[in-house]
Amino acid sequence: MSLNAKIPEGPLAEKWSKHKFNLKLVNPANKRKYDVIVVGTGLAGASAAASLAELGYNVKAFCFQDSPRRAHSIAAQGGINAAKNYQNDGDSVYRLFYDTIKGGDYRAREGNVYRLAEVSVNIIDQCVAQGVPFAREYGGLLDNRSFGGSQVSRTFYARGQTGQQLLLGAYSALNRQINLGKVKMYTRTEMLDVVVIDGHAKGIVTRNLTTGAIDTHAAHAVLLCTGGYGNVFYLSTNAMGSNVTAAWRAHKRGAFFANPCFTQIHPTCIPVTGDHQSKLTLMSESLRNDGRVWAPKTAEIAEQLRKGQIKASQVKEEDRDYFLERKYPSFGNLVPRDVASRNAKEVVDEKRGVGGSGIAVFLDFADAIHRLGKEAVSAKYGNLFDMYYQITDEDPYTQPMRIYPAVHYTMGGLWVDYNLSTTVPGLYALGECNFSDHGANRLGASALMQGLADGYFVIPYTLGDYLATIGPKPVDVNHPAFAQTKQDTINYINKLLALKGTKTVDQYHRELGLIMWEYCGMARTAEGLTKAKGLIRALREDFWKNVIVVGENEEVNSSLEKAGRVADFLELGELMVDDAQMRKESCGGHFRLESQTPEGEALRDDDDFAFVAAWEFKAENEPETLHKEVLDFEFVHLTQRSYK
Amino acid sequence: MSTGNMNLTLKVWRQKNNAAKGAFVTYKAEGISPDMSFLEMLDVVNEGLILKGEEPIQFDHDCREGICGMCSLYINGHPHGPKQGITTCQLHMRTFHDGEIIVIEPWRAAAFPIVRDLAVDRSAFDRIQQAGGFVSVNTGVTVDANEIPIPKVIADEAFNSATCIGCGACVAACKNASAMLFVSAKVSQLGMLPQGQPERYSRVQAMVAQMDAEGFGSCTNTGACEAECPKEIKMTNISRMNNDFFSAKLFRAEVIHEHASGE
Repeated sequence: MSLNAKIPEGPLAEKWSKHKFNLKLVNPANKRKYDVIVVGTGLAGASAAASLAELGYNVKAFCFQDSPRRAHSIAAQGGINAAKNYQNDGDSVYRLFYDTIKGGDYRAREGNVYRLAEVSVNIIDQCVAQGVPFAREYGGLLDNRSFGGSQVSRTFYARGQTGQQLLLGAYSALNRQINLGKVKMYTRTEMLDVVVIDGHAKGIVTRNLTTGAIDTHAAHAVLLCTGGYGNVFYLSTNAMGSNVTAAWRAHKRGAFFANPCFTQIHPTCIPVTGDHQSKLTLMSESLRNDGRVWAPKTAEIAEQLRKGQIKASQVKEEDRDYFLERKYPSFGNLVPRDVASRNAKEVVDEKRGVGGSGIAVFLDFADAIHRLGKEAVSAKYGNLFDMYYQITDEDPYTQPMRIYPAVHYTMGGLWVDYNLSTTVPGLYALGECNFSDHGANRLGASALMQGLADGYFVIPYTLGDYLATIGPKPVDVNHPAFAQTKQDTINYINKLLALKGTKTVDQYHRELGLIMWEYCGMARTAEGLTKAKGLIRALREDFWKNVIVVGENEEVNSSLEKAGRVADFLELGELMVDDAQMRKESCGGHFRLESQTPEGEALRDDDDFAFVAAWEFKAENEPETLHKEVLDFEFVHLTQRSYK
Repeated sequence: MSTGNMNLTLKVWRQKNNAAKGAFVTYKAEGISPDMSFLEMLDVVNEGLILKGEEPIQFDHDCREGICGMCSLYINGHPHGPKQGITTCQLHMRTFHDGEIIVIEPWRAAAFPIVRDLAVDRSAFDRIQQAGGFVSVNTGVTVDANEIPIPKVIADEAFNSATCIGCGACVAACKNASAMLFVSAKVSQLGMLPQGQPERYSRVQAMVAQMDAEGFGSCTNTGACEAECPKEIKMTNISRMNNDFFSAKLFRAEVIHEHASGE
């Protein structure tokens, strides 16, 4: 099978408009004859479900949480990018496109990214119309701030809770359609499989998390908006329930998985305090607008700090290394996330780390407080400072924050073409669930942009083309594939419930996370990846012998839910390691120690690796087949990224 | 895996499902670190239970950073525990002392039936939002965002109302199990903004009608909701909602709109 990304021909700025005109339409009276399933109700899912219902399709939406408003998009802090150029500082659609392609280290498609930049401006209009309370200037107009990887201020925000406000906007649009009867909402319901008939996705199998009921749902198309898989690392900034199961089961039914090893490790998170830790908390990138990242110049001073012999404020100016400002004078503390993370790791590896564990660097606001006053700093970042204080019991107004990188986002995901279709016709992937727009590193404030672009402004057009092609004939719910897929799910659940070993699911999850973090985290080597593969295999075999799953299916059973999710992470982890092993270059967040510039920056190999790696599942325990989608750069000249 | 030295006694409400009878069960939480969050402490207890082949204590949680609104728990008589302005997932064990007895109950309200143990069904909140908590605008508006200037003070105040996370602590705290703070936060947010004006009076009536239909109690201005709200949503929202609700009841919509635009 050859991959066809279906990027429209023609000049960059005309691709999307021309494509929209060429897509088939479903006439308004026929739309109500089509059923569409949307799995996940974060920014991508809620916006898609609402927009498709507004057009007249019958939508069924699913989420595993108790309400669609809980989806983890809600936790996004910093902001959303849009090329409005309200600040008159030289922004444009082309500049946002360029920054995103460059930030992604030239591993994303030009056509997709340009479209993303193009619709970014519509997103802000849409959200404001819904009543999203973005931050404003005294003149009543919208305010902006800057984010990493860009030299303009194009980030719209709502204090440190932008994701919450955008999601509640999309949730309100979804609620309106539920009220109108155009969306049927299923909460506390988890998708466990896709029903594929004659190569097309025609429905899903779900488990009701309250009663255990296993049901099938039929539709003309299925949209997966199920987020990323950062929890394969156990510790991440993702919510506890975030998982890969929907995407992974779709992968096993024929959807290719693209660039699984592309993981974003966010530079500014609160460091781990102990083995009990269940998740990590991000401190928004916006803090790097005013916070200065530093570590002591010498390991000796760092040791005194670690032992509590001196305080951060007692370290003299000349003994401090503001390493990002020193190495990257033009971007300073606002270098992209992958660069900032790697530099923090380097400092810690040189034993210059701080905090009790020595695995942290400082993010210091003393200068900002001196320059702007405590009140102004509090107005900008108050809720983030409070959050830091609650978790660490340390006051960031009087002492610098301790921060360290943590897994935050996955650029990899289900392979999709320009229409957001996976390799299974009728099965679509939106938002973080797909791989499409961020290349090997995502810029800050671009995840919210992509989720909403996909849901509000891309899928309402592209889905119609597919639906018009297949026609409105109802899906045959009596097709044996429905009963068979349901039976497969029941058998799988029974297999899990029969496991009465000696180790908990969480123990396996933690072990997997440690392997992934050590060998497939911020620095990767051929040797380490080989070792990781063996360790993951052994762990997976052990899981299927020795894990304990308590309770039964016909009840609320968190032990069973977690077991299924971790079983999928154990399979995904191996594919991530294979992908990282195959990609012998460094790019963005994928840093192979074997491939770096003399200054220690990621060194790409464009001759051999300017492609999207799309993996095809063959059979259990068999190696997956690699398909390459070559990335053609017609408009952007590939260079070594420099933020100096 | 535990790393700390706190030992606690937990009295936890266990109830297999909504139809079953519930009761308090006592557990020991040992080797707890003061740096653990409250939910991490429960994770430790649950791992111990699973290792003994027992079913873990069910509680709702997801983001564990105080924003998704999924966690709940009535801890020692307070929704989200004894500290102000935070959710249970942000509560750390350093708040408690070694040897303490901690009583953990679910939200108690007729409109929030128990799902299992400490998890309750808050879908009534969703249905209230579905009744009118939106601006009726389809995707694809073409008005530029900056064509709707909004005074900063209004935008900031609307934002304060919009920070509600829908956790239900206000209902759990209220002796009448009233949902007025929750409902009024959305009514206020949209009622203050220009985008929300066209449906301002129909919205408040639809949302209040649904709130009553769900079986939430009346507001008697006690203020427990505001005191316990993890996002510190103010009772001013309730006053605003009452104002709009009575205006909507007393006058015809066009009269109110005319009056409002003349201000």
